[in-house]
Amino acid sequence: MKANELDQIRSVIKTNKRADLIFALAGFLALMVGVMAFVTLFGEMLANGWERINPDFFSNFPSRRAANAGILSAWVGSLLVMLVTALSAIPLGIAAGVYLEEYAPKNWMTDLIEINVTNLAGVPSIVYGLLALGVFVYTFGFGQSILTAGLTLGLLILPVVIVSTREALRAIPIHIREGAYGVGATQWQVVSDHLVPYATPGIMTGVIIGMSRAIGETAPIITIGALTFIAFLPPSPITDTAPFLNFEWLFSGFTVMPIQMFNWTSRPEEAFQQNAAAAGLILVLMTLMMNAIAIWLRYRLRKSISW
Amino acid sequence: MNSIPATTVVSDRLARNVQRNIRERAIESILFGAALVSVLTTLGIVWVLVSESLNFFEHVPFSDFLTDTMWTPLFSEPRYGILPLLMGTITTSLVALVVAIPLGTVIAAYLSEFASARVREIVKPFLELLGGIPTIVYGYFALTVVTPVLQAIYPDLPGFSMLSAGLVMGIAIVPYISSLTEDAMRAVPMSLREGAYGMGSTRFQTAIRVVIPAALSGVLSAYILGISRAVGETMIVAVAAGMQPNFTMDPTEPAQTISAYIVQVALGDLPHGSIGYQSIFAAGLSLMLMTLLFNILGHVIRRRYREAY
Repeated sequence: MKANELDQIRSVIKTNKRADLIFALAGFLALMVGVMAFVTLFGEMLANGWERINPDFFSNFPSRRAANAGILSAWVGSLLVMLVTALSAIPLGIAAGVYLEEYAPKNWMTDLIEINVTNLAGVPSIVYGLLALGVFVYTFGFGQSILTAGLTLGLLILPVVIVSTREALRAIPIHIREGAYGVGATQWQVVSDHLVPYATPGIMTGVIIGMSRAIGETAPIITIGALTFIAFLPPSPITDTAPFLNFEWLFSGFTVMPIQMFNWTSRPEEAFQQNAAAAGLILVLMTLMMNAIAIWLRYRLRKSISW
Repeated sequence: MNSIPATTVVSDRLARNVQRNIRERAIESILFGAALVSVLTTLGIVWVLVSESLNFFEHVPFSDFLTDTMWTPLFSEPRYGILPLLMGTITTSLVALVVAIPLGTVIAAYLSEFASARVREIVKPFLELLGGIPTIVYGYFALTVVTPVLQAIYPDLPGFSMLSAGLVMGIAIVPYISSLTEDAMRAVPMSLREGAYGMGSTRFQTAIRVVIPAALSGVLSAYILGISRAVGETMIVAVAAGMQPNFTMDPTEPAQTISAYIVQVALGDLPHGSIGYQSIFAAGLSLMLMTLLFNILGHVIRRRYREAY
């Protein structure tokens, strides 16, 4: 009887251990699905697009003939749009984050802003495109320009910058603030001389992740009506006569990397698919690099900081 | 006059104080203004969508919009029924969720309850990278890799299909679901696990019967976020699911989603103020309402199932 019970217990343990093992295996397999998807995606683009990646590909305009087509207008456009995005989203995001974390009183207004930021992060990106089409393009009259695109993506990544700023500020211990107030600093002096500098690596992580998202965004930029076939460059931001800066480029037509890729992907010819693969490869490498920098920054941050 | 230097010093200081306070006030207002931009963004979205949709509904009866089974605003005899686009959106999202929810949950449970710290250190950044890949690249992947593979299995599958787009969309949202679910699971206090282990549970039993129920509010809101991502996802479906509105929920057929319709119209050259132009705002409003519904549902679920320890 006793031996019998023991056997039963053993068999229960055995089944449970087997279930454990099966689940661990399932978890590993699920991970492998992700890994395999990534490897196939990357491998396919590499195999298909590698031979198109040469200096000419970067210095040619798009063309009706696939072999001559390049991404010059696309990467210049992406660069300029990202410039506007960074210049709008970084200061606004940091300022809003600082306000919410350090200044905001506890009242309904603050609650409203906080709920807003959370909800904006869940708004589909194409809706930002519609916002920009109605407000920036037609109400403000910015047209289908680099300025419109940059501001749109700036609004899109604003929640990311705000949230990372707040998290970075929250991680700074209270005694830093108390020490600074104790020697008579004003709130702004505490914020600008102490909190923001210490929070910079954390903020940078968020900014880079936001920018890497912005650089791959296609839908909102198509929605504002960016052109897909651009065979000219925007006027240069830097001129050789005084005042050396030129802002005409802000209102210029443009295209960006993901739109160029979309354009090539939607053509049936095999040769254009190759171009799409090459453009995709460059796009993925760019976002991977930015993400890797952000991950590395965060990793270093976690290791090196002891208050 | 020179007998009261002390007061000048004091009033000097007071004056400087006033200046300083004004400056501090001004800075605070500027920062507040920056925080207000997010509220203005929301107001802007609501205003643009609602006002253009109102123009749209002046020409199109609301009942047609909700009940007509054809969506052909750009044809010479236009029909304005949102249902085909809605069904496209729902079908692709369902396919995506069938992939993303099981995969995401299993990955999260594995990382949180089974994997060693070293495996986690390697895998988590990798998943983040996967989540950072632009969706247009996923669209290209669906069209050039997944569709041919599926066609090898089902030879009848057309070149554009909701199945292919949905599957890839599922892969694309796995990282979101898994990372949020894992965060929720890791927030469950260790003492609960220790209790379960102490009673002789295996890791699997602990994960399924203790950790997931305790983390349920977080897990469900991760799913909801996944759903609203799938509903709003644009480029994958625009590239791989075709551009024809199709009144069907059969995933092996091509169809257009709400977001893909907006892209299609924006790619053309529609004059500002035309009915076609207004139709994308009506479509956008429907999309926005759908995601809003899911966001509210998420809030309710978080409230309802929150477990405090």
